[in-house]
Amino acid sequence: MAIEDDVLVIGGGLAGATAAIAAAEGGGRVRLVSAKQSTLRHASGLIDVLGYTPAGDGPLANPFDAIEGLAEGHPYERVGLETVREAISFFDDMTGDAYEGGHTDANALVPTAAGSIKPTARYPASTAAGLASDDRDTLFVGFERLPDFDAPLAAAHLEAAGVPFEARGVTVRFPGIARDDAKRTRYAHLLGRPETVRTERGKATAREALADIVRDQLETEARVGFPAILGDERVAEVRADLADQLGVSVFEVPTGPPSLPGMRLEDLLFDALEDAGVRVTTGVPVIDFEHAVGDSGRIDHVVVDRNGSKIPHRADQYVLATGGLVGKGVKSERERVYEPIFDCHVSHPSDRYDWFVDDAFGDQPYPKFGLSVDRDLRPLDAVGDPEFSNLRAAGAVVGGSDFAAEKSGAGVSLATGYFAGQRAGGEGGE
Amino acid sequence: MSDAHGPTDDATTDEFEPIQVFPEAEEMDLRPGADNCYKCSTCDTNCPVAEVDDEFPGPKFQGPEQWRLKRQDDHDVDESVMKCSNCMRCDSACPSDVPLSQMHNTARGEYVDEQMDTFSREYVRNRILANYRRLAPLGSMFPRTTNFVMGLSVTQWLGEKLLGITSEREFPSFATETFREWWERRGGHAASKKRAQEARERRGGAVSKTRAGEVPGARGDEQARNEEKRIAYFHGCYSNYNTPEVAKSLVRVYEHFGYEIVVPDQHCSGTPMFANGMLADARRSAETNVRELAAAIEDGADIVASCSSCSMSLRQEYPELFDLAGIEDVAANTWDAVEYLRVHEDLESELEGTTVDEDLSFAYHAPCHARNQGLDGQTVELLDRIDGVDAHDVGDSCSGISGTYGWKAENYETSMKIGSEMFEHMADANADTGLTECPTCSMQMEHGTGYDITHTLEVLDAALVGSATEGPGRE
Repeated sequence: MAIEDDVLVIGGGLAGATAAIAAAEGGGRVRLVSAKQSTLRHASGLIDVLGYTPAGDGPLANPFDAIEGLAEGHPYERVGLETVREAISFFDDMTGDAYEGGHTDANALVPTAAGSIKPTARYPASTAAGLASDDRDTLFVGFERLPDFDAPLAAAHLEAAGVPFEARGVTVRFPGIARDDAKRTRYAHLLGRPETVRTERGKATAREALADIVRDQLETEARVGFPAILGDERVAEVRADLADQLGVSVFEVPTGPPSLPGMRLEDLLFDALEDAGVRVTTGVPVIDFEHAVGDSGRIDHVVVDRNGSKIPHRADQYVLATGGLVGKGVKSERERVYEPIFDCHVSHPSDRYDWFVDDAFGDQPYPKFGLSVDRDLRPLDAVGDPEFSNLRAAGAVVGGSDFAAEKSGAGVSLATGYFAGQRAGGEGGE
Repeated sequence: MSDAHGPTDDATTDEFEPIQVFPEAEEMDLRPGADNCYKCSTCDTNCPVAEVDDEFPGPKFQGPEQWRLKRQDDHDVDESVMKCSNCMRCDSACPSDVPLSQMHNTARGEYVDEQMDTFSREYVRNRILANYRRLAPLGSMFPRTTNFVMGLSVTQWLGEKLLGITSEREFPSFATETFREWWERRGGHAASKKRAQEARERRGGAVSKTRAGEVPGARGDEQARNEEKRIAYFHGCYSNYNTPEVAKSLVRVYEHFGYEIVVPDQHCSGTPMFANGMLADARRSAETNVRELAAAIEDGADIVASCSSCSMSLRQEYPELFDLAGIEDVAANTWDAVEYLRVHEDLESELEGTTVDEDLSFAYHAPCHARNQGLDGQTVELLDRIDGVDAHDVGDSCSGISGTYGWKAENYETSMKIGSEMFEHMADANADTGLTECPTCSMQMEHGTGYDITHTLEVLDAALVGSATEGPGRE
């Protein structure tokens, strides 16, 4: 017998989790299946809605104003502006005081680890004191054995970009880390737990020891920015403690993968899934499906592979949120680009030399490869008809936007995930 | 490499000759796995050891990076591979299907074979821990004496001083009757066959209660109905020698659904041997297990295991590490005991509205080896169906003991640091009892929190079979 639910969401990233939680509001039984840990672990943890137009104009002061002007086929155009707004407030409710930015429609400007400035709609509370629009002078602190954040370089870049404050960067030794390639989780654990470390002045907690080192570097700055390693689940406590000891505001600068803010967001989402009563199965991929008997336009069940055993999972409604090229929801071979579970149509030129342009930073076609969907988010086949009556798509598997260039990845995942989940939950719960 | 063998820039040459960069793989070829790694470090962020132990360089190094270093003969396997606890979390973390645990197992095996002194205290200790299965029958022969002796502080002191086995932990006690002794006394397979038949008759229509558009299971779903339903039980060492009540619960629950049970001859699954790099010992055990289990499959049985590390080993590590006749068949037809009932019976509906003797709340910890099989949500989902039972998942942190790992004096502190998050969440859960499917996780849970720990099958037994309806099989 199959494992039975009303709605089955395939994919455990931002789109999949949002879809599952939204679907659960319909009252039916919802399951989320995720093959591997999601690419949220690579993500900055920032929630971008739209930073630049598809033509490259920006940074945009107000992402919502620009959504109305998007071309047909863009995921935001498919679901409509009102849904985007609802999805963002759905996210606000889900994350509570862990995220900020909901007080305004305007984009916030968040300094990145490279010293550039990113327009984003919501940001982790740990990032809030670092916004580039804030004119308080800033000390950036990097660590000798953590090369991903070069604080002097980031500070110089920010000043060159014309931020309204003075930025200075210093590099110090992190107390209690001896090896050159300690994991970021090790830094977070030392501060989060907090562990005791040996210092020149004797034994101290890692927090106290770090505060002592940074206090010696601090001049007249009113805030201090660290790479995003300030504890795992206890980030608020670590930050408050450091701020208290240093007498200035403390914030995190989002760093590249693997990313603690991304992991914290993943934890928040999985807690929200549990609260919503969603059943979660992770570590096993969906590899195949069967049509309903006598109806090739309907999915009867999907097949989950568990170390070689084939476990059927059946639901009334399905949401495909397996990600794009990075998450492997869309795959490519030399001859074709395809969606591996249902083989939904992925529109792309047949000649692979038309998949890209020679200018690496030019207007590349391949980031927009993905499923075309109707206004109900059902994937469409080559002639524009829905592939299945009970399948919707959400997140980066949906084509039509270049999220890296537009800075729209999280917003598209939230908007399509929320919409697909609501529709599936409404029908599946009936 | 001489220029004569170097790549050619001559554009007129039509034939492309690939250049052999690495020596030909002699045993298993792990190169595709190493090539798949794109250095995202997701595995490192999942490693419970790297998070607390400064000396451990993490799974990315132990796997693909060390594999590359080893292609040139001037590098030995780094001794830090012995700090890997074999929790296998890196496997399910990797977005690129790098066979990390397979690489770790292989490297560890090579390290022990080629670099570890077989007269060293560490080797002797590891060999003893890995081969618990060989010593257990002795302890089990005189369980009360053994339990008394092992519980003496002088024994524990000697264990630490002589062998490096931590004196902080209490040895698990041996049952006064092993599961296999109980099974034989109860009448073995013949008795089980009879009970199963009675259950099928009693259940009558209930067995063929299928929904429209029924999906056949991977194998043997149609075997059911009026025909015989048969499983071969891989009980593993711990439920035989230490917790036979878990094995008895499995027998009662499966017979309740009309399954006849066979209990093939079996050795240790190999999990502690992999973790200690004793691959030759593991292979010997695997030869017995694969031969016996393949024969049971031939006779129409599916294999079920009640320990999540045993099922992990049979399903994943066996085909990854050994090349034995029938090993793929065994892997493909081995199931977790609860999952099997979920897929082949309507376990959830069956549990609906059942009760246990008194209302109970559980603090549930999903073992890493269950998590890696996609089974982490299963227990809470099912137990929710039972009236008066409340199971709370204490989160995704590792318990930290990882089989024999936490028994080693040098790992004890690390093991407890890893476990601290689970201990806190268990304390916060404020439940009556702890719950898990892994024997060593249960030792750690009890050690770190003082909770009594039970197994999911025991709860299912209480709900489905119950003490009131007990047949002659219960005692």
